[in-house]
Amino acid sequence: MKKNAVPLVLLAVLAVFPLVVTSDYFLHLMILFLLWVVIGSSWNVLAGYTGQVSFGHAAFFGVGAYTAGLLFQHLQISPWWGMALGGFVAALIGLPFGAICFPLRGAYFALASLALGEGIRHIATISESFTGGMMGIMIMPSFVSKTPYYYIALGLAALSVLSIQLVIRTKPGYYFVSIREDQDAAESLGIDTTLYKNASLALSSFWTGMAGAFYMNYMGFVDPHVVFSLHDYSVMAILVAIVGGVGTIYGPAVGAFIMVAVQEFFRSGFFGAFDYLGRVTGSSSFASLSEVVRQAHVLGFGILVVVVILFLPNGIVGDWEKIRRNVFRIQPTR
Amino acid sequence: MAFFRVEKLVKQFGGLTAVNEVTFEVEKGEIFGLIGPNGSGKTTTFNMISGTYPPTSGKVFFKGREIQGRKANRICHLGIGRTFQVVRPLGRMTVLDNVIAAAFSRENTMRGARAHAEKTIAFCGLEPVSGVLAKSLPIAGRKRLEIARAMATRPELLLLDETAAGLNPTESLEAVELIRKIRENGTTIVIIEHIMRVIMSISDRIHAINFGQTIAEGTPSEVAANPQVIEAYLGTDYA
Amino acid sequence: MDVFLQTVVAGFLKGGLYALIGIGMTLIMGVMGIINLAHGQLMMLAMYITFLLNTMGVDPYLSLFVAMPALFLLGVVIQKFLLNPLIKVETILPENQVLMTVGIGMVITEVARFLFKSDYKYIKTDYANATFFLGKISFSVALTIAFAFALVFTAAMFWFLLKTDLGRSIRATAQDKDAATLMGVHTGRITVITFGLGAALVAAAGSLLAPVYYIFPDLGGPFTAKAFIITILGGLGSTVGAILGGVTLGLAESLGATYLGMEYEDIVGLAIFIAVLLFLPGGFKRLTKV
Repeated sequence: MKKNAVPLVLLAVLAVFPLVVTSDYFLHLMILFLLWVVIGSSWNVLAGYTGQVSFGHAAFFGVGAYTAGLLFQHLQISPWWGMALGGFVAALIGLPFGAICFPLRGAYFALASLALGEGIRHIATISESFTGGMMGIMIMPSFVSKTPYYYIALGLAALSVLSIQLVIRTKPGYYFVSIREDQDAAESLGIDTTLYKNASLALSSFWTGMAGAFYMNYMGFVDPHVVFSLHDYSVMAILVAIVGGVGTIYGPAVGAFIMVAVQEFFRSGFFGAFDYLGRVTGSSSFASLSEVVRQAHVLGFGILVVVVILFLPNGIVGDWEKIRRNVFRIQPTR
Repeated sequence: MAFFRVEKLVKQFGGLTAVNEVTFEVEKGEIFGLIGPNGSGKTTTFNMISGTYPPTSGKVFFKGREIQGRKANRICHLGIGRTFQVVRPLGRMTVLDNVIAAAFSRENTMRGARAHAEKTIAFCGLEPVSGVLAKSLPIAGRKRLEIARAMATRPELLLLDETAAGLNPTESLEAVELIRKIRENGTTIVIIEHIMRVIMSISDRIHAINFGQTIAEGTPSEVAANPQVIEAYLGTDYA
Repeated sequence: MDVFLQTVVAGFLKGGLYALIGIGMTLIMGVMGIINLAHGQLMMLAMYITFLLNTMGVDPYLSLFVAMPALFLLGVVIQKFLLNPLIKVETILPENQVLMTVGIGMVITEVARFLFKSDYKYIKTDYANATFFLGKISFSVALTIAFAFALVFTAAMFWFLLKTDLGRSIRATAQDKDAATLMGVHTGRITVITFGLGAALVAAAGSLLAPVYYIFPDLGGPFTAKAFIITILGGLGSTVGAILGGVTLGLAESLGATYLGMEYEDIVGLAIFIAVLLFLPGGFKRLTKV
């Protein structure tokens, strides 16, 4: 059980976090972090473990969000039911996608998934009568305080990671990785690769869909441009998993923490450092510099993608040895 | 009814006929050799049997049932295992994990699969490298891993595709020993091999093909003396 | 009937431009196996270069000869420093190259936004919006010139690939990189040059399109999408396929816009993409064997 000691401790810390830190700002950031733990971990199941790299996970996120929102808008059902159903609807969308696209190998599959994300985005934008088109959906959030949302997000994150861990450490996990390593060899070992690829997709899309449904409830507003965003959700999911460490259970959680922090770092203009400097020195150039940094956060993101792929392609967890050697100058002991 | 029978198997790729009405039978407990020059259609025959692709025409009978055209993972469950000519290790998994993955075809629990895998690894002499990543193994180890993986699926019939290619003489001898051990354990074997020393010494019977067609069948000495076989190899190579 | 012919003509002319975009991308895909998701962004850069030169009084068709070399160089730099290093890296997921191009695309877009702001820019020339008539069908002057250039460049590409040593080296590398290396082809240099060429071709398309389109930083995305629909439609690595694919997409979009409505233009491309995946994986290349 020693393997589980660190995560359990962290879980305990996370559980008491809102009792210690009550600032809405930090609670919001932690909720984002927990959301990305879910999305990153579930993307990792399909891509990191089963080797099917999806560039369109925003599709599942958005579908989950819209399930929650549309249930309310059309049927006046509480969007919390959407939380229950969002995952299933997303997994349902995954089924025909898998059927059509799993025969495609490698980069073709990646492109097809990209097309899925963009395609659903287009459809959501055009079907105005059903989805409200570009106007999106707005609902009244159930809670005023952030704390209940925090705990729900924490629950989602814990459940998703736990369920994924259970799957990965048993027969399906071995089968997923076998498919990733050599699909034909896997077949010869009695593995029904089609079945297991679809199972992996179902698990992956389910949790991402749940995250989307949660998002709808938490933010109160979605539109196609936001929830089906290629860069903000599909690419971000990939980054979270890659930065943390693809093909590891806790890598995406580490990646989620880092990416949310980095994103906030840029969005807030280096955590308001420039604003502070501007106030202290009375110089207005800091304010405009801060504004520039804020605008440039997408640029910073793009640069981050480039840098991470060049130097840390296996993520922090995966390339830990490399980091220890180069950054901390610790030589590996023999 | 023979234990295993291949009947008039044909495989055409576009305009090329790779396998042309090959027929043979294998008795239970035999070691049956399949020889022929490069490109004669041996691996293609294996691929049709193991379900990599279906035959253009012809039938495959296993324990009385027709099995041609079924998917590869179904064939494995029916009791036919195979190794690949160009080894296909699951590179980023350890030797043990490779075999556990195979063991899951017969065991459903983690514990059962692990136990079965460990036994199979011991049987195949791979304990020393059990924790090593498959991609780090030298060629002899990889070939042995191929066999161990196939064995973990508890095959009644094992198709071995060039298990000795690329091995030095000592390693070949060890491979031969393992193959004999597998037969003694009750598994019927069909083996493709180029290295004459290996296949002549362990096969009970041999089937020779060239350009996709049968040219001879019989005991090793009968086949070795056959003029068509000698001609096909342009001087049999007793390496 | 006239409307139909008009639509077909417009689509065909646009198709010539699309062919240029497609050839560049399929070359990159065929030789390096890299899916360049920054292709449209490179085109966007060329359009801004054209715009800049236009504000200084340079005719857009002349700035072609500035934009092409400039993007060639940028392509070379990108391949050499950002993409080639990835080939040797051992990672679990092989799609690093694709993701890298996504990052590059983001950087290019944001740099453009930083330099030029997000508002739409236009190029003003006297003849840009002019049309001439053949019978009752109107031909856009700008698109016709673009089509003519596209023909010339495509022919030049073919001659280059078939007749020159460098072209043959590129084709060799595309077919079998290791064999090409063994035959003395410096494949590292070839990949770099090929990316540069692909970038130069899409730059040409950008400069040609600039007079009749509006320019803004985010147009990279939709055009990258078009580029790979064309490539998938034509078949990876097939230059003939890219031409056919480009014309097909141009026609389909034109017909879609006329008979279904403007907002369906993008959906048409997506529908084609799905149709190809379902019914003709491998694209036109499978039909023509080129």
